[in-house]
Amino acid sequence: MPMAGIRKQRIGSRIPAQLALLPAVLVALVVYVGATTWTVWISMTSSRMLPNSVFVGLRQYESLAENDRWSASVSNIVLFGVLFLAAALIVGFVLAVLIDQQVRAESLLRSVFLYPFSMSFIVTGLAWRWLLDPTLGIEKLLHDIGFAGAHFDWMVRPERVIYTLVLAAVWHASGLVMAIMLAGLRGVDPEIWKAAKIDGLPVWRTYISVIMPMLTGSFATAGVLLATSVVRLYDLVVAMSNGGPGISSEVPAKFVMDHLFERGNVGMATAAATSMLVTVAAVIAPWLYWQNHRKGAAT
Amino acid sequence: MIRSTTAGLCLSALLLAAPQARAQQKAEVMHWWTSAGESAAVRVFADQFNKAGGQWVDMAIAGGANARTAAINAMVGGTPPTASQFNTGKQFDDLVENNLLVNLDSVEKQQNWAKIMPPAIIDAVTRDGHAYAVPVNIHGQNWLFTSNAALAKAGAAMPTNFTDIFVALDKLKAAGVVPLAFSGQKTWERGLFNTVLAGQGGGDMFVSFWGKRDVAMVKGPAFRAVADTFRKLHGYIDAGAPGRNWNDATALVIQGKAGMQVMGDWAKGEFSAAGQTPDKDYGCTVLGAASPAYLMGGDVFVFPKQKDAAQTKTQMLLASVLLDPATQIAFAQKKGSIPVRLDLDTSSLDACARKASAWLANPKTQVPANELLSPPALTGAIEDLVSQFWNDPSMTTDTFIARVSSTLAQTF
Repeated sequence: MPMAGIRKQRIGSRIPAQLALLPAVLVALVVYVGATTWTVWISMTSSRMLPNSVFVGLRQYESLAENDRWSASVSNIVLFGVLFLAAALIVGFVLAVLIDQQVRAESLLRSVFLYPFSMSFIVTGLAWRWLLDPTLGIEKLLHDIGFAGAHFDWMVRPERVIYTLVLAAVWHASGLVMAIMLAGLRGVDPEIWKAAKIDGLPVWRTYISVIMPMLTGSFATAGVLLATSVVRLYDLVVAMSNGGPGISSEVPAKFVMDHLFERGNVGMATAAATSMLVTVAAVIAPWLYWQNHRKGAAT
Repeated sequence: MIRSTTAGLCLSALLLAAPQARAQQKAEVMHWWTSAGESAAVRVFADQFNKAGGQWVDMAIAGGANARTAAINAMVGGTPPTASQFNTGKQFDDLVENNLLVNLDSVEKQQNWAKIMPPAIIDAVTRDGHAYAVPVNIHGQNWLFTSNAALAKAGAAMPTNFTDIFVALDKLKAAGVVPLAFSGQKTWERGLFNTVLAGQGGGDMFVSFWGKRDVAMVKGPAFRAVADTFRKLHGYIDAGAPGRNWNDATALVIQGKAGMQVMGDWAKGEFSAAGQTPDKDYGCTVLGAASPAYLMGGDVFVFPKQKDAAQTKTQMLLASVLLDPATQIAFAQKKGSIPVRLDLDTSSLDACARKASAWLANPKTQVPANELLSPPALTGAIEDLVSQFWNDPSMTTDTFIARVSSTLAQTF
């Protein structure tokens, strides 16, 4: 196999590369692994505002399991994650398809759609909060122009507020998904289009059955980027609804932050953070295993 | 070429090596007083400190929780401010335990706190017999502010307790005015709950809840009545309440668009900034008995230990300026609180503050606020439950009482 021949190199020339990587490896070990281990340790102590070393076993995890706000946070993040991923990917893909149609002001439109991604979550959250506030924003506008019975008060209804978060987040992230999908679409061979036309496939069918399977890499990239925003969702929630009304839009990252600082309950916060870590690991591990398994089968 | 490079290198080395010498008596003070009224008040402290020979360096951070977090991080990280604001109570317990604060016994003796301050306030800043913070004001947390214009429009009378308040609220609702201006944030939901607990349940029930954590009392009928009154008040707020800031709700009362607001007396600063006077344009009262339970909260300044001994002198100077009688009166006028020294002539304060001073002369009205009785972890856990009970109509009173009981029984 030619690959094996190219791979054989002199041992001596690999050392500079390894030395260059050493600082990054050390940082990863000390900061990530070290801090994670410390966090797990602190979650088994009775730390309040500042960390201490009084071991209490799994008491913090028991309190966490009984905590209504934590249960609400977990169910909120799952609902948010599923809706956000689906909506952002679909909207981003549709935008990319539309822009790919050789439209006139293409670079202007690209910039317009990508612009929300350059805004911080705080600005996004605040702007959307004002827009969706029933006494300030869209509902008031509708009332003022005559539709007195119109309602758009999702922001103040506990069962609907999570959807407003999805709306703001999708507005923020669609541009990024669009940019990634557009790059993928541009990489599609024009011959494929001609072949599809000759076969008599309608355009929408071509997209769904031929083009989308070719863009699996772009979807995966966009999906991973969006998934990281889901796990660390905090500033958007603080800016938009601050977890309210009540605890109906609480999310795990906000739970951890609030308990670390204002609530002065480092033990509970680290227990929550460890739970988040375990959950994410539980989701990623099977996927990583599947990826490796596929690679192994291919070679 | 080489000479100028060497000279350049020497110069930059010198500049880097020169120690960051603090100017004489320079004090970096962290606080969260950023609204219009609050800024005017903290400027009183700054001006008086500057007059006394110090140099006040203001480090204002919006949001109490943010400011406290920044201060704690600075202290733990090795660059502590000269002084930092906390609420009177248990917020700085861990800082004392970790030996990060200066002992203020000398200031306490010199100013004779035992003679001039309410005992509950002194207890709140004392740990193991030593004082670790300087109280600078007393804020009443359970006031009711009313718009005279709105009440007149609705033909409603000023409420005196939690029974006739509903008469007034119904009349306001009928007149098309927002009956209760409310800020739907967890802190103020807990604030309203505390007001009902103290106003309807009384000072003893309040202390029994937050301080003694009496589960038997919580399961009794009196507490259930308090919870029901609290829930009933939810029917009188407007749709824009969730997420609204407290001063925006006060603005509704100032403009006459809302009838009343339950808020601490820091709201008076907003009324003054809008040019309104108590009793003439707006009413202020504490609901309950004739000598009502007055929830005493307030602010203190802690002094983190410094590496430089000269800084400790600055800290003592600042501590004495904060409690100077003239400073206390001037600060109280701008802030809306009453002076923490009860030995001062309060005739120059506004009508509401004079009412409060008269009440506090009777020690039975002096009820410590929940920050003085419960650590932030317990306060936060109860706050989540109160917020849930307020916002979620499907949570029954029984569930609320059961959850509160189990939370009070936990160790914090």
